[in-house]
Amino acid sequence: MESPAAALPDADARLLTRRAAIGRRQDALFAHVTRAFAVLVLVLLAAIVVALVYAAWPALSKFGARFFVTDAWNPVTGEFGALAPIYGTIATSAIALLIGVPVSFGIALFLTELCPAWLKRSLGTAVELLAAIPSIIYGMWGLFVFAPFFAEHVEPSIIETLGNVWLVGPLFQGAPSGLGVLTAGIILAVMVIPFIAAVMRDVFELVPPMLKESSYALGCTTWEVVRHVVLPYTRIGVVGGIMLGLGRALGETMAVTFVIGNAYRIRASLLEPGNSIASALANEFNEAADPVHRGALIALGLVLFVLTLLVLAASRILMARLARKEGGGT
Amino acid sequence: MPTSMPFADVHLPAESDVPPHDAASRSAVPKITIRNLDFFYGGFQALTHVGLDIAEHEVTAFIGPSGCGKSTLLRTLNRMYSLYPGQRATGEVRLNGVNVLDAATDLNLLRAKVGMVFQKPTPFPMTIYENIAFGVRLYERLSTRGMDERVEWALAKAAMWNEVKDKLQQSGMALSGGQQQRLCIARAIAVRPEVLLLDEPTSALDPISTAHIEELISELKVDYTIAMVTHNMQQAARVSDRTAYMYLGELVEFGPTDRIFLNPARKETEDYITGRFG
Repeated sequence: MESPAAALPDADARLLTRRAAIGRRQDALFAHVTRAFAVLVLVLLAAIVVALVYAAWPALSKFGARFFVTDAWNPVTGEFGALAPIYGTIATSAIALLIGVPVSFGIALFLTELCPAWLKRSLGTAVELLAAIPSIIYGMWGLFVFAPFFAEHVEPSIIETLGNVWLVGPLFQGAPSGLGVLTAGIILAVMVIPFIAAVMRDVFELVPPMLKESSYALGCTTWEVVRHVVLPYTRIGVVGGIMLGLGRALGETMAVTFVIGNAYRIRASLLEPGNSIASALANEFNEAADPVHRGALIALGLVLFVLTLLVLAASRILMARLARKEGGGT
Repeated sequence: MPTSMPFADVHLPAESDVPPHDAASRSAVPKITIRNLDFFYGGFQALTHVGLDIAEHEVTAFIGPSGCGKSTLLRTLNRMYSLYPGQRATGEVRLNGVNVLDAATDLNLLRAKVGMVFQKPTPFPMTIYENIAFGVRLYERLSTRGMDERVEWALAKAAMWNEVKDKLQQSGMALSGGQQQRLCIARAIAVRPEVLLLDEPTSALDPISTAHIEELISELKVDYTIAMVTHNMQQAARVSDRTAYMYLGELVEFGPTDRIFLNPARKETEDYITGRFG
């Protein structure tokens, strides 16, 4: 009988070489495939930008920079200016954040610091469910339930009180129609709250319990602990959550279309109807046969794209600056 | 398994360190009196009928295996457990004669009087200066100058003023581990508490930082009453005046540190401190 030890190494070595070769090929293949996917993202992004600019060109070349600074939008006379929808988009998003951020902060704070254990799970799920409701439902609810209620019971008193206040008065004057920039902003606030609250809750829970206990050990109240320890510790995540909400508010289409009133004009009053970029696109695309009109709509899309990009870039810069301010201590 | 007493070479210097104080401590005034203390985590009883006195201007050390309830005991002294639903204590913990377990106790005021330092350094995400000033500001209105002085005083007490005086505006989180822990001690004493609770204050530190902190503890007891939990028995022998040995939620033995280490009355204590435990 031949010594197995002499026969084995030979067979093993061949097997090993073959397996190693296969492994190398598979690794290389895997690397190429994943790289292709990653490159695909860049290619898509570039293609979208090129397509947008190309399709928007008829309008952009006709109106030039005027497109971005005038609020005339008249398909009949062929006059197009993007200012009204740009203003509407920014104003509704700003209102959404103004209302949504403090409320989300309160929700997250209650869930992480104050909520009794038995309520925590169900309340957290309820907040997450709010995020799962399709935006069209928010739009219908806004149009059929919220707007009439708002027009009848809330807007008149807003006009009577805030409408007369120095400086902010003009923001709250006019007829209580229920449809307008303010209503859209409030609906958007309801829509972004679950996103911002969920992110805030998650980052608040990352604060080491011992760090919180140390501040309680100095005699801090819950508010002082949150204000001076939890928030500074989590500010990067909190900013990220707010940006996520802002991104959603900027691009939201259906819910806004239902309640904003779809009027191409800029009024001082938030109670007046306005328009947003996304809802202008949704409303008019079917009817835009003329290339300048279609070009103007696509140019609006381009503006929204750039706006979102700016928000994203601004949040990156803000976070980098915050991280640097912490002295690299984390 | 060591057969000889491993502390034979430790307790002798410790003993010669403390005699004058030891004599005084026999008549020491109790700062905190604990009677019949039971503690529950939900349905689990973590402390059973614990009773002892923590004397003013002394260091009282709590030793015992993990899970024996020593940290739990410390956390009842400033009611830290009240942050968590389901944790409760019954019995008496009297600070200056007032039962802090009463529902009526103002927890923020209590914690301002009973400071605490934790196992791991927990600097706040702010500058070194602010780390100290933050707690002071909660209960005192000081001028800028007064605050500067207080910060310097606290950092000097914690034996780190010279190390950090030129970088007070840097983040407290950028310090080394030992410095961070001394910063936490400085932060705790800056509010001038009456009692200082140290929960394994050196367990995350290197030997040199540990030595710094032990020295600091010995100096701080002149002004404060100190209760500390430690897993390091040499440390208990070196810095404490009285030692309590706890096991499974019960106080097994409590007395002057040299007596506990030299001449323990209970067999269990002797087994633990000589390493024959278990």
